[in-house]
Amino acid sequence: MGFFSRNKQKKSGLDAKSRLKLVLYSEHQGLPPETIEQIKTDIIQVISKYVDVDIDNFDIKISPDGKLAGSNGPALQANIPIKERKIKRI
Amino acid sequence: MGEVIVVTSGKGGVGKTTTTANVGTGLAKLDKKVVLIDMDIGLRNLDVVMGLENRIVYNLVDVIEQKCKINQAFIKVKGYSNFYLLPCAQTRDKTSVSPEQMKTLTDTLKKEFDYVILDCPAGIEQGFRNAIAGADRALIVTTPEVSAVRDADRIIGLLDANEVKRYDLVVNRLRMDMVKRGEMMSAEDVLEVLSINLIGIVPDDENIVVSTNTGTPLVGSESLAGKAFMNICHRVIGEEVPFLDLNKKGNFLSKLFGKK
Repeated sequence: MGFFSRNKQKKSGLDAKSRLKLVLYSEHQGLPPETIEQIKTDIIQVISKYVDVDIDNFDIKISPDGKLAGSNGPALQANIPIKERKIKRI
Repeated sequence: MGEVIVVTSGKGGVGKTTTTANVGTGLAKLDKKVVLIDMDIGLRNLDVVMGLENRIVYNLVDVIEQKCKINQAFIKVKGYSNFYLLPCAQTRDKTSVSPEQMKTLTDTLKKEFDYVILDCPAGIEQGFRNAIAGADRALIVTTPEVSAVRDADRIIGLLDANEVKRYDLVVNRLRMDMVKRGEMMSAEDVLEVLSINLIGIVPDDENIVVSTNTGTPLVGSESLAGKAFMNICHRVIGEEVPFLDLNKKGNFLSKLFGKK
């Protein structure tokens, strides 16, 4: 029994390779966290001129699959919830 | 004009110093003029691995601070006409030297030597920047483990960013028994992940420990690691050498019949 179950077990060498490929992919595609943070701050600043942004739920990330954004490669995805429409008078 | 080669890895303990000692000694055996520089200021080890620890008078920091002439700091390796070690300081730290000073030093040395080989410290901070400052090419050492390979990938990125455009991979401490069982990445797996040029595969070999114990690099010996390191040396000087067949039954059989 031990013999059969051992044969079915996934070999750890394959695990190592696939985990490495994944982590390196995201490291290569990813912008440095401080840059992402800077982009986030800038976007909030711009949009806040017009509407009230729900900053707590604001999310921005690089996605390896950019199909939704119409890209064959990666895409920058931002989720920007708005609290309420705020009309600013200039 | 010679070449400045930095031996680097990111991760510690993967065999940078062993590789530096063996590749350097192998190139000297091939009648090249070679100088090794230990860049791991404060944690020097190339001297003990080379068996030269009792002959240190001056060191790299003394040379940089012009407390001695460069020839005074060289330790000549016995048995070779043109093979030296420039040890580093043990009681100082990485900030005692700047990348600019290192570049000036290696630029001078490569006029005199065929190969200037730098043993880079682990990490990607100043010690690393000092070591790569004047490098023409790099040997990136890794083992077939996720942590070492990931760090090697990071090093590749940093070498690219710092205009070290030529680098080759050494996969060290490969255990064929584990690869066969599927419990270790093969050299091919590592290459597939990193996609850079492979210059050597060194099997895990207990003779390495023995050679370190006595301070005599085993490159060129009949051991598998000795052969693997010598092959790396041939490839460094541009010769094409086939990779060792680590699957050879011979090793197993010779063990079985007690041959040496």
